[in-house]
Parts: sequence; C-alpha cells; structure tokens
Amino acid sequence: MSTATSSPAASQPEASTTGRTLPLTEGSLPQRVLRGALTPGGAVFILLAVLFIAVVWVNPSFGEPPQLIRFIGRTAPIAIAAMGQYYVIVAGEFDLSMGAVIATQVVIAGNYIGDDESRVLPAIALMLLIGVVVGIVNGLGTTILQVPSFIVTLGTMLALGGLVRYLTGGAATGNPVDTFREIGRGGIENVPVLDVLPYSVIILVLVAAASVWLMRSPFGRTLIAAGDNPDAAGLAGAKVWWVKTRAFILSSVSATIAGILLVGYAGVHPSVGAGYEFQAITAVVLGGVVLGGGRGWVLSAAAGAFALELLFSFLNFQEVESTWRNTVQGVIIIVAVAAAARAWNLGRRPPSRSVPAAPAPSPTTAHPGTETGEN
Amino acid sequence: MSATTDRTPDPAHTPGAATSTESRDSVRSRRAARPRRARQLDSTALIYLVLVGVVIVSAVLTALEGRNFFSQGNIWAVLTAMSVLGLIAIGQTLVILVGSLDLSVPYVVSLATVIAAGGMQGLDGNIPAAVFNTLVVCAVVGLVMGLLVSVLHVHGFIASLGVGLIVSGYLATNYQGSHGSAAPDLRLLGRSGIAGWIPTSFLVLLACAVLVTLMLRYTRLGHHVYAIGGNRDVARMSGVRTVLPVVSAHVLCSVLVGLAALLLLSRTGVGSPTIGSQGRYDLLSIAAVVLGGTLLAGGKGSVVGTMGGVAIFAVLDSVMGVMQVNPFLKDFIRGLVIVLAVAVYARRSVVRRPPRFGSGSRSSLPGSTMKEGTA
Repeated sequence: MSTATSSPAASQPEASTTGRTLPLTEGSLPQRVLRGALTPGGAVFILLAVLFIAVVWVNPSFGEPPQLIRFIGRTAPIAIAAMGQYYVIVAGEFDLSMGAVIATQVVIAGNYIGDDESRVLPAIALMLLIGVVVGIVNGLGTTILQVPSFIVTLGTMLALGGLVRYLTGGAATGNPVDTFREIGRGGIENVPVLDVLPYSVIILVLVAAASVWLMRSPFGRTLIAAGDNPDAAGLAGAKVWWVKTRAFILSSVSATIAGILLVGYAGVHPSVGAGYEFQAITAVVLGGVVLGGGRGWVLSAAAGAFALELLFSFLNFQEVESTWRNTVQGVIIIVAVAAAARAWNLGRRPPSRSVPAAPAPSPTTAHPGTETGEN
Repeated sequence: MSATTDRTPDPAHTPGAATSTESRDSVRSRRAARPRRARQLDSTALIYLVLVGVVIVSAVLTALEGRNFFSQGNIWAVLTAMSVLGLIAIGQTLVILVGSLDLSVPYVVSLATVIAAGGMQGLDGNIPAAVFNTLVVCAVVGLVMGLLVSVLHVHGFIASLGVGLIVSGYLATNYQGSHGSAAPDLRLLGRSGIAGWIPTSFLVLLACAVLVTLMLRYTRLGHHVYAIGGNRDVARMSGVRTVLPVVSAHVLCSVLVGLAALLLLSRTGVGSPTIGSQGRYDLLSIAAVVLGGTLLAGGKGSVVGTMGGVAIFAVLDSVMGVMQVNPFLKDFIRGLVIVLAVAVYARRSVVRRPPRFGSGSRSSLPGSTMKEGTA
C-alpha cells in the first residue's frame, strides 16, 4: 500500500522493492552474531561485559558468585520494569504511569495483607488484577480514544499517584507479613556455588523467558509491526488497538511484579517507585530500543537495566558522589540514542540512500506523526 | 484569528475548500450529529468554551464556600498562578510545534532561580548582570538540546530528559537548600500590578504570548516551525533548513523558562534547587499545551490555545484551593481532567485533520489516524 510504505522516502527501507533478503537472515551463525552485535541492541551486551570487567577490576569481590547473584537480585525489579516498558516503547508509545503503579501496588500490599498470612495469595491476585486494569485504561485511552499515550499515562500517573498519597496521607503505612517480603529479599538457601539463590532472580529469569517467547509469538511480531508502521500493520489485518492495549497491560503487570519485589527491599511508602518510569525508559533506550517503535530486542532492554546499575555500582566504587548519578544517566541516554540513531542502519537494512529520494510521492504522506515515529 | 493560527499555513486550502473535497462523506456523518453552531468551532474556540465552563463551575463552587471567585484578590491570584506556568507552556508550545519535546523544564527553572538569586545577592545593582547571566545560561542549555535534536537526530524526549538529568545532577551536587536572595526591586515587581487586579507578571506573560504568536504567524521562522513539525523530511526536501528552526525553538523555550524562573524568584525571594521539580512544570506544561489543542506530534497548534489550557489549570487550582481539597487529591483531579479533556479533544482534532490532504479514504482506514494521536 503506497500510502503506508512510501512515507518519508529517505528514511524508510523499501525492502520489498529491492528484492534483497534482510542482512540479518543471511550468512552463517557467527557472521550473524557479529552483525547483531554491531546493532545497538547487541552492543549493549558488549557494554555490559566491559562494565562488568571494569567493576570487577575495581572491586574483585564483586565477581564472586554470591555477590554477583545478589546484585542480579537487586537489579531484578528495574530489569523487569524495563522489559515491561519495552513492549510499550516498541509499539511506539510511552508508559509514564509505571512508578505510580509500583507505588499503588506497594501500598496495597502493605495495607491489605498486614499481618494476615492467608491473604498473601489473594493480595497478589488483586495486585495483578489492578495492574491489568490500569493497563487496559492506558491502552484503551491511547488506542480507542486516540489520546497520545504520553498524556494518558501522565494522567494515570497523576491520578494513581495522587490517590495513593491521599489515601496514605503521604506517609509510610502498613507493613506486610514477612512471608510476602521474602519474595523480594529471600531466596533458596544453601545452593552449591551461589550460596543463596534469590527468588527475584528466579522471577527475573521466568519473566525474561516469557518475554522472549512472547516476542517470538505472533503477538510479538505484530507488536513490532504495529510500532514500526501502524498504518501498514492495520492494512495487513492486525488489530493494532488490541495489540497495543496488550502491550500496556504487559507493562503495568511488569510494574506490578517489580512492585512485589520492591516491597522486600524498601518499606511500604508511597514514594517507592518514584522515577521508575524514566529509569525504565533509560534502560530501554540504553538497550538500543528506538523510541517511536519498531526496533529493538526485549533482552536488550533488560541488559540495558543491568548496564545502568553496573555503571552506578562502578561509580560507587570510584567514590563519586551519588548526586552525580542523574548527570551520568543523562549523558548515557543522549549518547546511546545518538549512537543508535546511526547504528541501526548498519546491520539491519540496505543503505536507505540508494533509494532515490522521490520528491514527496503523494500529498498523503505529509501526515504529522510519522515523523516522530522515526528517531 | 484563532481559526487560522490553529493549522499549518496552507494557502491552497481554505477551510471552506477543505470540506468540499472528496473527504466530505467521511467527515459529514460525524458533523451531522453535531449542531450547526458546533460545526464552526475549531479547537481553539472549543478550549475557550471549556474555559468559560470551568470558570462558571468554579464561580459556583467558590460561591458555595461563601467566597467570591471574581473578587480582586482571587483574580490576582489566578493570573499570578497563570504567569509562571504560562511562560513555560509558551516555550513548550514552540518546542512541541517543531516536533520535539522539552522535559528539562523543571531543572532549568531551578537552575535559573539559583543562578539569578546567587548573582543578585539581594542587591539592586546586580539585577541586570544576574538577569543577563541567567538568560544566557538558559539559552545555552536550549542550544545544546536544539543541536542534539537537529544535528544528532536524538529524539526530543531523550535529548531534553538527558540534559535535564545532567542539570539536576549538577544542582544536587553543588546546591543544598536555598541559595542567594532576590534583589528588592525584583521582589517589588512580583507584587506590583495594575489597579490591584492584573499583576505585572501576567503582563509579561501576555507580551511574550503576543510576540510568539506574531513570530509564528508572520515570520519565515514561524512558518518553518510548523512545516518541520508537520513532517521534517518533507520540509527538508522542500528546501527548508531544518536545523535553525529546531534550535531556535529550543533556545526560545529555555529563555522563556528562564523568564518564568525570574518571575518565580520575584515571589519566593530565594533561589531553590528543587523548586522546578516540585512544581512538575515539565508534565504540567505539556499537559497544558496538549489541552490547548496542539498536536503532541507537532505541526499543528497555537499559543492562543495553550493560554486557554494554562488558564484552565490555574482556575482549577484556585477553586481547589478555595475548597481546601487535599493536595494529594489535587493531583488525582488534575490527572482526571487532563485525560478527560484530551480524550474529548484528541478525537476531534484527528477527525478534523484529513481534509487538509484531500484524501478521504485515509481517514476511514483503521489505524491510519492512530499514529497522529500518538507521540
């Protein structure tokens, strides 16, 4: 469909007309791995390795399995949140409500469960339900009402955050029973090499596996297509609104899981989870996922979260004041995105310059919104 | 006036001609459902109608509390509340029109108050130098963002978030608590006004709004801003130099934010490194801009509409203050208002768009309007 594929002619690949296979699918496995590593989504793993070596260099004990597994456990919530944010971003949207959802869940856990151990399972069910509802609200607001996702999720963020603070009076209230907190901070004791295997690591692995499976399923393929070009996806028969809504649901549910884990570490306070949305977005962007949708791998998002936390650990070991964290985070995301804006072109598609820059094929292409879809 | 400021300058299509193209059928069915009067309304008129409605409701609610909404003090308070957010929102309008976004606003506000207050040290003689320094620093911050967005092609969301984080790290490291103090003359400015009804800060806001509106409507730069926001590639291929307008929009935005910070300083008297993030000026200004009918994707909107959006927020805040609504509940209500208003609104502006391009089939495609509503 010309209206869909011929938009910004200079930047959109025209794979169908060139008749070439995509570079990622040709060549032997090592070649493909190498080429994959050159894309931002692969480069983050190299960055991760470099940072890991640097941290171990500074502080050798960090490399010991028990230390390492604890670090992974600590980072699990943000990694899970980043994977949740990934679905939304790859669909071309934003989810700013993540932090507020985490705060809501934490407060619910604190107040509903209390000292009653029998309420742990119903509470988890309730929290997941609330997560799904928030996701549906965000998703339907974005797709059916066609409000920009930035605004919808900003609205839910203000509304949920305000409500939680109103109900709690802005102070820490309630304290869930220890068995619930064990999910976040406990683990399986006496594991041979690792000493202790935190539950959060197990949950992280499960979520990661599920994410990979999801992104390889028809849903994942459709999601990426919808993020890359919703017009084309819609014309190809995909229910764009339902796919995007599911992405928002996945995001909120991920925030819920992150919230459950965070209860173990932090107390029950409405400010838990503040700023999580931007941290998750930073991690996703660091993982080479393109804002505006359609590019990026889910595991890269998780790797981005780990890279970010490793970097913070590194700065800690270097005794840099923690107030500089924000600055470092800011520099990173700018550099990562500036690099990614160029690098995705290397490994993925034929050079777009070879497509003759057709002088604005038809007036229909000039529709705002496609521009921000690019990076 | 509002009828033309609202859309991209496009001599080929007057509103009358637009409705007479073949797209008429798809639009007609929707329009037929509305009364004849409403058909003539564009988004700017709508927002002011909503504003009138909000004012009436607020006046009634205020009267129920035994107070007068139109009293001298209250009008003064509302206009003062408008001025700071208004200046920021004007800048944000420029940036959003050009297809970018500015999330660095709160940190730039804080930075500006700290620099200005630190420079003045409570002495009138220091005012010119301090004001000059502040605005230059703000302009430099804007310049950096503009160059990142236009030259390095970093998404505006990330560029401004990154720069904002960098500034926040600097602030957190170097300033603890309040800093410096405003000169007496500046404080006087914060309390002066015309006849006790209209504060000087509101006049500053009006002057800026008029200037920016004139700039957008009558200068080449302004027209290029709309063109680039509509579609950067098409604008470039049409011979528009895309770097200058993007950079100018960001610089102007940051300078306006600096002005807003000076107004804020004239009221608080001391510079504070956290005043911006407490005010949530980034998200509120974006919400005000979108509420004012500007497309978040860029290319369509007006400063006039933005002022309406800002006024709605100011009136809401005023009435919630009078009714002594819990401050946390305020956020809840704000979030609700944002989503509801934009939901009514985003639908409308999307429906109104297609005639401009004379292709009726697009508007009825599933998902073809989806991307416009997203950011």
